[in-house]
Amino acid sequence: MTKSELITYLAEENPHLYQRDVERIVTTVFDEIASALSQGDRVELRGFGAFSVKHRGSRVGRNPRTGEAVQVGAKRVPYFKTGKQLREKLNG
Amino acid sequence: MARQTITRSQLSEAVYQEVGLSRNESAELLESILSKISETLANEESVKISSFGSFSVRRKGQRIGRNPKTGEEVPILPRKVLVFRPSQVLKARISDATIDIPDLDEND
Repeated sequence: MTKSELITYLAEENPHLYQRDVERIVTTVFDEIASALSQGDRVELRGFGAFSVKHRGSRVGRNPRTGEAVQVGAKRVPYFKTGKQLREKLNG
Repeated sequence: MARQTITRSQLSEAVYQEVGLSRNESAELLESILSKISETLANEESVKISSFGSFSVRRKGQRIGRNPKTGEEVPILPRKVLVFRPSQVLKARISDATIDIPDLDEND
């Protein structure tokens, strides 16, 4: 399922809403999550999961083609941990 | 920097501010989004949200685990796990914006 398929589904479920409003709603939700993470905040959606930011220290990596050692700088990466309810649903 | 945890209420508030549905309806829409994504994943179909990331389900085989306290061997049954792969856009946004934030706690 893609974002646009999700929008189409929600628009069908909510015939009183304009498709463009549904689109804005979906975009807003993911934008809010992204902007919270970019401020270092955590987003916790009980039953679904939690988005957080993890620190990765700098390390010496290797160019896989040449085998040359390269310094990889420290960075922060988004992380998602599946919520308990969703995990159970997957294995239900 | 004051770090906080964002929950459903802040997300649906953002939807409320953005679209002007009632607060109730905004909350319901958010819930519909999350449950549709969950259902799709439960059917082992992946979900791709452009410029955010993709969620997919991976099957894990059975393996032998160990109770770390007693050292006892216990089988870990085959199961499905959810994998989130952030998009390049999200990764870039987070790496650039948060690189100077000193101590994020990393409670999972």
